[in-house]
Order: sequence, then C-alpha cells, then structure tokens
Amino acid sequence: MHELSLCQAILGTVDARAAGRPVRRVDVRIGHLRQVVPDSLQFSWQMLTEGTEYGDCELVVEHVPAVVHCAACDVDTTLDWPILACAACEGFDVELRSGEELQIASIDIAQEVR
Amino acid sequence: MGRFHRHADGTVHDHDHPHDDHEGHDHEHRDVGDHRGYTETGVARVAVLESILSENDRIADANQADLAEHGVWAVNVMSSPGAGKTTLLKRTLVGLGERVRLGVLEGDIATSLDADELQGLGAAISLVNTSAGFGGECHLDAVMVRSGLSRLPLGDIDLLFIENVGNLVCPAEFNVGEQAKAMVYAVTEGEEKPLKYPVMFRAADVVVVNKIDLLPHLDFDLDQFLGNLHDVNPHAAVFQVSARTGEGVDPWCRWLLDAHARAA
Repeated sequence: MHELSLCQAILGTVDARAAGRPVRRVDVRIGHLRQVVPDSLQFSWQMLTEGTEYGDCELVVEHVPAVVHCAACDVDTTLDWPILACAACEGFDVELRSGEELQIASIDIAQEVR
Repeated sequence: MGRFHRHADGTVHDHDHPHDDHEGHDHEHRDVGDHRGYTETGVARVAVLESILSENDRIADANQADLAEHGVWAVNVMSSPGAGKTTLLKRTLVGLGERVRLGVLEGDIATSLDADELQGLGAAISLVNTSAGFGGECHLDAVMVRSGLSRLPLGDIDLLFIENVGNLVCPAEFNVGEQAKAMVYAVTEGEEKPLKYPVMFRAADVVVVNKIDLLPHLDFDLDQFLGNLHDVNPHAAVFQVSARTGEGVDPWCRWLLDAHARAA
C-alpha cells in the first residue's frame, strides 16, 4: 500500500541525482523482510512517470533474500519464514546479514555527446 | 565502477574509467527535461547507494531533535483498524491524569472523529489528515508528523502520543521521529498475526494486547499468540488490557511514565 510513497521517494532522489540528465534505468534493492510488493511498485512507477521525462525510464527491482548468521553453527542460512532463527539448528542466536534493504543502488544516465 | 556502454545489439560492457560518475562535474545543462539534443552512445551507471527512505529519515531526525529540545517523549501508536487505539488512548489519558503534561498527534485518513473523541481529557491535540495525496495515505510519514508537531505547544508537553493510521503494514516502515513504537493488538485478530505482519511486530517496543474482556467468548489461544509474538520479537514488553473496562491499563500507564522518566 505504501509502494506509491516509495516510488515518490525514489523519483525525488533520482531527480536530484540526475540534475536534468536523461535517466534510462533505476536499480533498487528490496529486502525480503520489507513489505514491498514488486508488481505494485512497478505499477506505481508507471503511474508516476507516464507522460514525464521519466516515461521511458525502467525500474529494476532486485529482491534481496533474508539471510541470518548463526553464532552456534557459524553458517549463514536463508529465511523464508519471518522468524529470525537459524534454518540449520533452529537456534535464535542469529544476526541478520541481509533482508532489510530498501535502497536505490544505481541510476543509468544517458551519455551526452558534444 | 566502470563506464557502461550499451550497444545496438544489446551487449553491455564497461571500461575502467577513473571518473565514470558525472556527480560533481561542472556540466551546464540547458534545455533541462528536453533530451532531443542528446545523441546517445550508451549510458553511465551512477552508484547511488542511498536508502529509499533517506529523505523521510532526515526529517524524522529533525522531528526527534525538536522533540528532544522541548523534553518531549513521543510514542508512535500503531495497530490494524479497529484494534482499539483511540479507546486505549482515552483510558490512558485519564489514567495518566495530571502526572504528566500530555499531547496527541492524531493521524487519520479523513475526518476528525478520533480527535473529537479525545477532546476534553487534558491533552493538547493536533489532527493530521493524510487524505491530501492520492485518496489518502495509509500511514503517517515524517513530513506529516512535522506538520502536526508545528501545531502543538511542544514546550507544554511531556508525553506525546502519535496515533498512526490504522494499518498493520505501512506505518511500520516509516520512522517519524518517535522515541518508542507501541502496537495495539486486539485478541479478535487471531493468533497468527505476528507471523503474517512481522515487520510491525518486530518494530514494536511494546505490544498492548487489547480486548481481553472478550476472551471468554472467543476461541482465541492467548498462549499461542504470545509464543508467536515471542518468536518474532522476543524483546517487546507486553501488556494485557481491556480498554473498554479499564482492566490492565494501570501497568501500561506505569510503563509509559517509567519510559518517559528514563528519557528525561
């Protein structure tokens, strides 16, 4: 439901970085533990950019899995359940390594030829 | 990172180039927004590596600084619609009484119904309707809270409740400058909710389990819920209350007073 807000925030940052240069592609990284629906993000992006100078700008979403490191096993395991526990030993002495990303990774700016 | 080139056949490669990033370059951009003058040979990938919520977080920090400057301790109160936030707040304002100076920043998609409910209980109230955007935002963000704060006498408030929009998903993602996040959960919502909405349950410093007066009439398994909550968030303080009867509201009020006193 907040995907539209996220897209507005993405556009704000992209617009500031681009400083008027044409942007062809925006890469964002969204962690598994974030409640972002990729289709909804794309829909919001289209809605916001249509008819603007970002109309041809592609939004590429990288899904980042939720990975925890277990102190007992000394291994990294991937979560598919929201409980922060080691998938190997089911212990709770874990540290979150990834999965909370909500990041604009990069923007592709068209080259200007003089 | 090198300079990326995309060719007509679709291949992309990059050259190691010491200044691939145009950031900081002193280009002059005429015809901003009109790119017909460009002849494209490819694109330059510019690393941004910035949180999508960085602007929100920057304003949340400003809110927090303003609150701290005035000695205000703020708690962001979140729940699904109908879990009993406003009823609990009424009880809480009465329960805290004159012991601290109270404020409420009331977030609602539309109407002043909740703000009206809270009038006359000794708290300064500021209403923020979130419907200014596309048909109503589903959460309070730092900008909306900043606007609401500007209409509150912060110098006359010790403890501020920020009543968020009823929603179990979106409010958890947006920091607004609060010192603590509280979640109101009603036993009518089902035991599995911490597993289905882990972001909010994980974000909460305190969970108020409301409507316990209804327990005799429900199949709700309180222990199973508490187990699920503990699995998702082992650190949250938990209070069992009935905002309707007032049962259990005193310990919750004491927790608020203690948290405020610790921060002061």
